Amino acid sequence: MDSGQLFNLTTIAYFAAMVLFFAYIATKNKTVALIATLASLAGFLIQTTALGLRWYESYQILGADGRAPLTNLYESVVFFAWSILLIYLLMDWKYKQRTIGAFVLPIALFSMLWAQMSLHSSIDPLIPALQSNWLTYHVITCFLGYAGFAVAFGVSVMYLLKIGKEEKHQGDKPMGGILGMFPPTKILDDMNYKAIMIGFPLLTLGIITGAAWAYYAWGTYWSWDPKETWSLIVWFLYAAFLHARFTRGWVGRRAAWLSVFGFAATLFCYLGVNLVLSGLHSYGSG
Amino acid sequence: MAETKKALTDRIWDFFCSLKLAIIVVLLLALTSIIGTIILQNGSPADYVREYGQANYELFKKLQFTDMYHSTWFIGILALFGLNLTCCSIEKFPRVWKFVKEPILVAGSGIFKGSANRAEFSCKDSKQQVAEKLSTLLEKEFAKTTLTEKDGKFYIFAQKGIYSRFGAYLTHLSILIIMAGAVIGNIWGYKAFVNIVEGSSIDTVRTFNNNESINLDFTVRCDDFDVSYYPGGNRPKDYNSDLVILENGQEIIHKRIEVNDPLTYKGIKFYQSSYGPAGNAFFKVRVTENATGEVAELKAHQGKHVQLAGGYSFSVTNFAEDDRNFGPAIQLHVNSPDGKHGAPFVVWQNHPQLDSKRAGIFTFVLLGHDQPFYTGLQVAKDPGVNVVWAGCFLIVFGSLTAFFFSHKRIWICLQDDGKNTTVLLAGNAHRNQPGFSLAFDDLQQKIEATAKNQSPKKEG
Repeated sequence: MDSGQLFNLTTIAYFAAMVLFFAYIATKNKTVALIATLASLAGFLIQTTALGLRWYESYQILGADGRAPLTNLYESVVFFAWSILLIYLLMDWKYKQRTIGAFVLPIALFSMLWAQMSLHSSIDPLIPALQSNWLTYHVITCFLGYAGFAVAFGVSVMYLLKIGKEEKHQGDKPMGGILGMFPPTKILDDMNYKAIMIGFPLLTLGIITGAAWAYYAWGTYWSWDPKETWSLIVWFLYAAFLHARFTRGWVGRRAAWLSVFGFAATLFCYLGVNLVLSGLHSYGSG
Repeated sequence: MAETKKALTDRIWDFFCSLKLAIIVVLLLALTSIIGTIILQNGSPADYVREYGQANYELFKKLQFTDMYHSTWFIGILALFGLNLTCCSIEKFPRVWKFVKEPILVAGSGIFKGSANRAEFSCKDSKQQVAEKLSTLLEKEFAKTTLTEKDGKFYIFAQKGIYSRFGAYLTHLSILIIMAGAVIGNIWGYKAFVNIVEGSSIDTVRTFNNNESINLDFTVRCDDFDVSYYPGGNRPKDYNSDLVILENGQEIIHKRIEVNDPLTYKGIKFYQSSYGPAGNAFFKVRVTENATGEVAELKAHQGKHVQLAGGYSFSVTNFAEDDRNFGPAIQLHVNSPDGKHGAPFVVWQNHPQLDSKRAGIFTFVLLGHDQPFYTGLQVAKDPGVNVVWAGCFLIVFGSLTAFFFSHKRIWICLQDDGKNTTVLLAGNAHRNQPGFSLAFDDLQQKIEATAKNQSPKKEG
């Protein structure tokens, strides 16, 4: 069995988990939710094995030039999915809000599908600029940060879907229907904040490790290239988000929107810069 | 008059301290930063005119969009950001410092009635006995305690994680430190480049910004440059240069630098950045004069005549890396003393005995060929970089403290009426209230059990 087949199994597991989460919202059957969570966990464990195996395979193919599977667009998209699951499972363990899965798993699933269907998955040797341990630290911290923002985005979408109905909803009776299955908006708001609280320090570390690497490779820790600048834009947005919570009127709906914009900026930083703009990170599109 | 003036300075001060300003400035920085990622930065005028037209180029220049991250207005917003951070910190710091200097040792009824986490019960022991037991318990389970006696009541106070109140300030301070490091680097540092041809040395470099020449007070020599490729292609795997630092004619440092591994001397770093061919390739050829048996090893550049004994000369006219699967080969001809071209022939490097079969006046052996390279180095001096790293370290430390730790406090008041002792208990955390609530409930049970001399209730 090679890592490619394991990644296929991962995709199937995430697909199954997503469908089961939808089924849970529709049927309100707790067993379905449990199976969905177990499917996500199984997918995550398979993917972890697959990442390890791909790492090992790189040594088989490239000999001493083997490296962690974090070096091109395909590998980064796969790692993005893995990071999302990691942060999601941690949040699930803490909050036990099973419906969140229905809004987070699709992001991971879509990443896996995109990577496997249209990205170049061969294990190629690295150009000299990428041959550095900083690469591993930089990619891991950045992507765990991105994953925190992805989970916050999923939660924010749920919040925005629910809040409108909730405000119109009268009486003490709990809300019925699909939206009634969503966690209370207060909890969604809190989860949004918590996920960003995890993502923000990781993004900070990602920017710092990137700066340190740039310094050791090129002699400048900051050169305002588009990737760097966009990571700073994302950092500014979430910094604004965190501070906005301390002022009145910036919790709830506005915070959720800020989280949605933040994730859009994150995606642009991650993909848009490579696909649309150019710069030092252009090899990331290989 | 004086009062309105004071009010105005107050208002200005409040403006610079406000959180609203912070959020606006941060969002403004995020928004304006986008411009420089869309419009080419530091390009040549021709690039801009071709891409955007003359009129737009004029406009961009006026708005300083062509180097926007160093423009007056962008630096201005950054400065405003720095000022805002400074003012916020100055404004809020005394309040936090008060928590350290003046902890609330004696809690008022406000704390015992108003806290989200509170309890009240009574027990049989005297307040002295209870105070002793609870202090021991809290020191074991929570933190160091302070006992205060006031108006016949005993007050116990304990706190944990007060440093987390400083997390936000540390984070803000570290941003200022990073900015200071960047300023230091910009004023006293430079970024430059230099190309050194293998075997030669330099003692000046040129800056990127204005192509200004900078004298190093030492010499850098490149002894050798190497590039290796991944098998089956021309993807470079590694390239490196043997550099030597010379001062007053003495070799100080010898280092083989490569991408991601620079050489540092006197605060100046030399980074392997690029390379390229320097001049034409040359061939090392061994020539034997068949009549005399005299042997000479010669260097020949392609297309140039090289003198041989007796007025003859030869010229390499062509080179192939792999000639008809026999490996590297040169094509050459020999000129007679009267300048007449001889017939061209081929010499293969991997088959040195072949040319003797030609039975010419000279026999040639191709020993090898070489392409001299220059190594392209980036040269950077940045005296502010360690300040930046210090700021980076503190920002991680500060933001983790600010996000994940909280200042937790426990107050107890013991009051006896001669028969029973009433215990008032309150707890507070300045962040993560739900988490603290759970810990408080647990602690409360232990406190109650200890005060009442019971074994703690088992969870179930």
